[in-house]
Amino acid sequence: MKKLLKGNVAIGEAAIAAGCRYFFGYPITPQTELSEHLATRLPEIGGVFLQAESEIAAINMVYGAAGAGGTVMTSSSSPGISLKSETISYIATAELPCVIVNIMRGGPGLGGIQPSQSDYFQATKGGGHGDYHLIVLAPSSVQEMYSLTTKAFQLAETYRNPVMIIGDGLLGQMMEPVEINDSFLTPSQMDKPWATTGCQNGQRRIINTLYLDPERLEEQNQKLQQKYSLIVSQEQMAESYLTTDAEYLLVAFGTTARIAKEAVEAARRKGIKAGLIRPITLWPFPVSHIAPFINKSRAVLTVEMNCGQMLEDVKLAVNGKTEVYFYGRSGGMVPSSKEILDKIIEMRDRSYECCS
Amino acid sequence: MKNRQLLIIPERCKECGLCRDACPKQILTTEDNINSSGYHPVLLSNPDKCSLCGNCILVCPDLAIIYEEVS
Amino acid sequence: MNAVPKIPSSLTDKQFHYCPGCSHGIIHRLVAEALDFHNVRERTVGVASVGCSVLAYNYFNIDMQQAAHGRAPAVATGIKRVLPNNIVFSYQGDGDLASIGTAEIVHAAARGENITVIFVNNACYGMTGGQMAPTSLIGQVTSTTPKGRSRVETGFPIKVTEMLSTLDGPAYLSRVSVHKPAQIRKAARSIQKAFRYQIENKGFSLVEILATCPTNWKLTPREAVKWLENNMIPHYPLGEFKDVEGCE
Repeated sequence: MKKLLKGNVAIGEAAIAAGCRYFFGYPITPQTELSEHLATRLPEIGGVFLQAESEIAAINMVYGAAGAGGTVMTSSSSPGISLKSETISYIATAELPCVIVNIMRGGPGLGGIQPSQSDYFQATKGGGHGDYHLIVLAPSSVQEMYSLTTKAFQLAETYRNPVMIIGDGLLGQMMEPVEINDSFLTPSQMDKPWATTGCQNGQRRIINTLYLDPERLEEQNQKLQQKYSLIVSQEQMAESYLTTDAEYLLVAFGTTARIAKEAVEAARRKGIKAGLIRPITLWPFPVSHIAPFINKSRAVLTVEMNCGQMLEDVKLAVNGKTEVYFYGRSGGMVPSSKEILDKIIEMRDRSYECCS
Repeated sequence: MKNRQLLIIPERCKECGLCRDACPKQILTTEDNINSSGYHPVLLSNPDKCSLCGNCILVCPDLAIIYEEVS
Repeated sequence: MNAVPKIPSSLTDKQFHYCPGCSHGIIHRLVAEALDFHNVRERTVGVASVGCSVLAYNYFNIDMQQAAHGRAPAVATGIKRVLPNNIVFSYQGDGDLASIGTAEIVHAAARGENITVIFVNNACYGMTGGQMAPTSLIGQVTSTTPKGRSRVETGFPIKVTEMLSTLDGPAYLSRVSVHKPAQIRKAARSIQKAFRYQIENKGFSLVEILATCPTNWKLTPREAVKWLENNMIPHYPLGEFKDVEGCE
């Protein structure tokens, strides 16, 4: 069944289809529609919507609710995600499943409300303290705002890990047809023996992240690292577009990838063999999807709406085998496909210069 | 028929002295020897005078003096 | 003859790590006795906060979650919204509740969240070595007010229970003390009542408990009792400040 949905609303509907019944949030542009949509929908189906007093309170309600066995989500935008960072670290350490949505806006600081991708570092390299990782999914269409949200809940339950969906205001506001799928195992039906539901039958459950004994804390870190290694080996996702014979490889995610695709097509019309890898998981970064194409590439161009963040992971993946270029816009400015095409041409010209 | 009596658990005592102040009969004192934490545990010096008022049990932060139910 | 030691079943048998004469031990016992009295141990979830009582999950024989500093009322809210038939309480000190956690406690109270908050007020930050807290008294010497708290530099102490009593949300707010037997008996009754209100779905309940901190006050336990009586009680009067069933 197909429905025309706004991006932010698609996330809400997918969360409900995936069994989410608890949402704690706070108004911030450009994700407020998600909260407002769930404020109506969740009570309709016996769920709980609560507007918290702050983004900090909201993420702590998520911690409590997830620890009590609830299938739970929160959402915010860049500065609000910064506020949540401490407790996100707690949630990862306590291994609580939940979904956190970041509809990114221009930053840093209070910034602007126009779209950006400048929270890549925050999402994939920390934000919160300590050695932890979120699984980070980057939709590029309203369909993916839906399907990656259902995927996020499944991944959260499978790995007992917080999962972030990272979008931007463009995706949040645009309307596209979405194939609705609500026929899969809802996480709330799964057993959670670790949840604090009351210590019947003698066995107490404790949700805790304090480990004063350094040996014990190292053990916990190693346990988390083993989990992350498993996720890295199993869950990398990316889309490849016209990459089979590509000489110039673009790497872009989210909204930028849609624009980059147009630029790739325009380049092809000019006889430039361009292709695009679109990471869908930003963490784990889809190194295995990029590696096969590096040897054939004359150059790689990373395009982002920031000052060069995913660029660093691309460089690591390329590992010096070819030149990596960058094109970015920041502050809420959205690149046009022409700007990206011009950069592809410049990249092509420079790669011929250095090789002739 | 259940009766209550005082039970002192010397290992739990931290020699804070609150029970000694709270006892209306002033019959709590301390042992000469120390427990494994280095404290002189509380000692009921005159059990016959104890009226089981429960003050010591109320003020003890460490469950070092508690009731014991005897049947 | 059968002799059974009377230790609340809502406490584990682990010895408290608290300092000699610290009120936490008494308060833990009173909370456990209240849970036993109401027979709710197996459906209670406690939320430990950050402070000396951070290890409370070792002592209460119930399911527990350990919350970030100040956030326990929000964590408790999340738990209660998922498990509305469970009894949920937070156990917080004055730094946790009245400083970093001010927003969370005010809003949980304003929402009338059906949880119980045990608020231990010893007028200092105990765990970190006796710094000034929002409830420290004017003139009180602490490690960050070495010349005594100055109202010019650091303002006035906060009366949390009075402040929350201006809200419509709470069902029961009281302030008690545990420095002497008569007050401990009253505190026990107040804590029992607070949990009863939650069981009866009456709404938000909070019991502020004046407590001693001998180590950081740099007094013996017995001197600390006197200091509390002479200094804290005049500033933080005992009593019931809000009671939907009518104040005593």
